[in-house]
Amino acid sequence: MPETKLVVVGVNHKTTPVEIRERLAFTTGSIEESAEELISYPEIIENIIISTCNRVEIYARVYDIEIGVQKLKEFVCGNHNIPPEQLDQYFYFHSQERAVEHLFRVSSSLDSMVIGESQILGQVKDAYQLARSLRSAGQVLNQLFEKAFNVAKLVREETRIAESAVSISSAAVELARKIFEDLEDHTVMLVGTGEMAELAAKHLISYGVKTVYVASRTYERAANLAKTLNGSALDFQDFTEQLYKADIVISSTAAPKFIIKHDMVEKAIQQRKNKPIFFIDIAVPRDIEPEVNNLENVYLYDIDDLQTVVSANMKEREKQAESAMEIIHNEVAKFASWKDSLSAIPTIVSLRDRVEDIRESETAKFLEKMPHLSSEDTDAIHRLTESIANKILHKPTINLKKKTQSEEGPAYLKAIRHLFHLDD
Amino acid sequence: MAKITFNLALISYLTASLEYFFYLVYRKPAVQTLAWVTVGVGLLCHTMIIGLRASATGHGPYTTSFEIALFFAWALVVVYFLTEWKYRIKDLGAFVIPMVFLIMVYSAFLSKEIGFQGPATDASFWMTLHRTLSILGYAAFAIAFAAGIMYLIQEHAVKSKKLGIMYFRMPSLEVLDNLNHKVIAVGFPLFTLGFLTGSIWSDKMHGLLLSWDMMKTWPLILVWLVYGAVFFGRLMVGLRGKRAAQGSVIGFFSVILTYFLHV
Repeated sequence: MPETKLVVVGVNHKTTPVEIRERLAFTTGSIEESAEELISYPEIIENIIISTCNRVEIYARVYDIEIGVQKLKEFVCGNHNIPPEQLDQYFYFHSQERAVEHLFRVSSSLDSMVIGESQILGQVKDAYQLARSLRSAGQVLNQLFEKAFNVAKLVREETRIAESAVSISSAAVELARKIFEDLEDHTVMLVGTGEMAELAAKHLISYGVKTVYVASRTYERAANLAKTLNGSALDFQDFTEQLYKADIVISSTAAPKFIIKHDMVEKAIQQRKNKPIFFIDIAVPRDIEPEVNNLENVYLYDIDDLQTVVSANMKEREKQAESAMEIIHNEVAKFASWKDSLSAIPTIVSLRDRVEDIRESETAKFLEKMPHLSSEDTDAIHRLTESIANKILHKPTINLKKKTQSEEGPAYLKAIRHLFHLDD
Repeated sequence: MAKITFNLALISYLTASLEYFFYLVYRKPAVQTLAWVTVGVGLLCHTMIIGLRASATGHGPYTTSFEIALFFAWALVVVYFLTEWKYRIKDLGAFVIPMVFLIMVYSAFLSKEIGFQGPATDASFWMTLHRTLSILGYAAFAIAFAAGIMYLIQEHAVKSKKLGIMYFRMPSLEVLDNLNHKVIAVGFPLFTLGFLTGSIWSDKMHGLLLSWDMMKTWPLILVWLVYGAVFFGRLMVGLRGKRAAQGSVIGFFSVILTYFLHV
């Protein structure tokens, strides 16, 4: 049996503009057809197609890397009626360990546009399920993808790749939790009823905030939003009087000037006996005087600040991605040794067949010369020869399995095949 | 025997400090557990040293500078474990255990001569009480110092909007401020009682409630004033957050000063 190779061919958001990606995308229906068509290719043994808005990739087990990659590229182009010359610059391909590593990076969300996002894992799982039901994936790809899901889980558990906030409202929540820890006994005040403010408030509520006040120039709108947030509306006139009650203030009015000023906050903080207040100003133009941040125990973040936090968190995720790569490298090595041990199996099977043939024919010859033996005796002789054969083969089998995982593996296999004439 | 145990404790605290730093940066849960175990080994050796010493001298570790430094470091580890057990403040160890290590290094340079043999006069009851209470108070202040430093790091990050690795690692401001308050609320009464029992001892020894020796008494009053201001300031005028953290950092510097002048 000739050795088989793993390859992946594809395009993603890094290599390919969206105009091209959208032309290459497969729908679930077209994946079914395509996967079946690929099975009929003699060069391709197994295949799994992943198609999301950020990537189109085909993982395959092939006999020859170059031919396999060529066929897969031609297939993608042909399938979408695009001349291959036009696409060659966009395609990437990886083979063997690099292909395995690529899949592990994809499933662990290291290759995603937003590193650590969780959607991709689900998409890879769906692609795998579909391929399984179509039987386009077999022993090796099944094992590869199962492994990829384990790796994704491991990365999520052992690094903090998915933890820090990468959106404005989740960054606001994260900051609130760095100031107040548990948000349960804390109070939020919304000044203005902007959409983003509402989103941030909902986010805070999901983290346990119970008391919500809403103030708006039109009382009607305040009352409506208060109702959806299970809070109470305030008169816009006297929200400043109530400011001291709020631990977190989210401001999003359309006011052209600052409406929350230094001295107002100074007064509020005194009334609160210096308990901290966290101001989130997502209005443009800004609602809150920037000098407010100079007050002790007051923290003010405007929309740009939050944007900076988001980018910083992205950086942290990138850093986590580096330690995730260590995990991935380990797992790639494990997978490679599993795949190598597979190639020992045909040799072991032929070795055993060869020995069994010899045993059987030699025993038969011997028994022919001994017609006087009872059937019990012949049985005993069969059992004896079988057990001798098994004993002899036991150690070589184990060692062969072990050796195929090392660098000397191919040499060992070759030697065994040669010594026992297994390739005749 | 005592020397080997001492070195073991020293090495354990150094190793644990490094483990805590490693955990601070790389966040491997296994390393945190390892650090706890390492501190545990250190504490075990540490306790043995104190025990061996006590059986040699016939009294507790209160008489020579060496004994007091040893006891202070021991109390700090015990108070650290209690705090860790009660509040689970991640990374507190990275700030506390290096202190323990430094105190141990310092004590290694002190004379190991035995002060006096056997249990002493009835005045030594007050001395024992004075030194035990004070040392426990100082240990609590050392934890408050660590909490204060952590608060100032986190506060600086949130205020300046430069959210580096420490922002991600350090606990929230509220947790650190609470910890600072709680340990001072324990440490301050202990220290005050230590101060009072010290006065009684001084009275028994010299017939003076306070030895108005400038170098001996004034640093203590300074310590008492700083922590008193932090403790009562919070209760009365809401002195909290950054100011309280700064208070416990300044307070601990006055503790170090006092330690060298007074002990």
